[in-house]
Amino acid sequence: MSVLKDAGHLFRFVGIFVVLFLIFLVVRGFVVPKTFGEYGHYRAAAIGEIAANPLHFAGHQACAECHADIVATKAAGAHAHVNCEACHGPLEGHVENPAAVVPVLPNTATLCVRCHEASAARPKGFPQVVAAEHANGVACETCHNPHSPAIGSGSNAGGAQ
Amino acid sequence: MNITRRHVLLLLPAAAVAWKSVLAGTPESAPNYTMTDHWWGMLIDVSKCIGCGNCVRACQAENDVPDGFFRTWVEEYHRTDWHLDRPQVISPDGGKEGFPPVSEDPDGIYFFVPKLCNHCADSPCTQVCPVGATFITPDGVVLIDQKYCMGCGYCVQACPYGCRYIHPTKHVADKCTLCYHRITKGLTTACCEACPTGARQLADLKNPKDPIHEFLRTHTVHILKPDMATGAKVFYNDLDGSVR
Repeated sequence: MSVLKDAGHLFRFVGIFVVLFLIFLVVRGFVVPKTFGEYGHYRAAAIGEIAANPLHFAGHQACAECHADIVATKAAGAHAHVNCEACHGPLEGHVENPAAVVPVLPNTATLCVRCHEASAARPKGFPQVVAAEHANGVACETCHNPHSPAIGSGSNAGGAQ
Repeated sequence: MNITRRHVLLLLPAAAVAWKSVLAGTPESAPNYTMTDHWWGMLIDVSKCIGCGNCVRACQAENDVPDGFFRTWVEEYHRTDWHLDRPQVISPDGGKEGFPPVSEDPDGIYFFVPKLCNHCADSPCTQVCPVGATFITPDGVVLIDQKYCMGCGYCVQACPYGCRYIHPTKHVADKCTLCYHRITKGLTTACCEACPTGARQLADLKNPKDPIHEFLRTHTVHILKPDMATGAKVFYNDLDGSVR
């Protein structure tokens, strides 16, 4: 007992330490974000926040729900695996509100050459033309229906979509 | 019972722990999506890439990527037989508007290589973050918590693939999220959606029905900088040895 009687100053020291530790815990409770450390050394809620970002591309499935005819035309031709929004651009807005957001028809003069202008860097089997020689200024869709581009499918063949 | 100062001191830590669990709340969960059921990656078939830049434009539209910055971009390689390990690489505006046509080179080849975040399983970028603002999710996507990022740029330096940048107006790190907001809803990424040739394919390595498994079995695929042991999950098919 005589040992403890002289150890009072040690208890006070320990007391101060405990109080400081508790203050640390309380401050930490405030500054460490909620969900931090749930999966790892990061804020787990950030995953949900990023997953909630808005969509711009609706996806081919959404297009097919209303435009089954075009999808059928497309499926028969060489562009079967080209998704609608690859050419028409992001159209989630159109899916949400078809009347308010009307897609702008792409200009084939710039659209087609993006993929089909001849370049040695493109894969060898990929259909390529030197547009200036190939069409001589005639618009692509005159002969080719963009949705199913075989020759004779274009607007002057009566097969335009 | 007499509550002494000692009792109060003993109770305080318990109260702190209890309060902490109150603060934590319940985690957010996406319906019909279980993170542990997926392990995302991507397959890039170099032999199918035509360098149209659709992916770059789609990414910028989907993710509001500022002009002059890229979450994905396309490079045109010109590798001559004289310099097998020193290709000439161009990427005008990230390949966003395509590439100027080139004519056949009898002494070399041209090809396109799309690049994006490799969503490394052991990423250097997540290891260097001093605050825990970038991380790999349980489904294998490397993300940035932009509310927590302080824009120090360590991760930008650490990425061996140059896939990160500091956002010019938000002043925080930014990069490909593998369209996390799309893949968690069952859609594919914007770049894969817009790719006309199927050169890019989203792959779920944990889904046994994903065609990636058959592809990996029947093809010899490469990852970029395998020597860095990053565990990159973007697989390249038909990749020339000169690509870095």
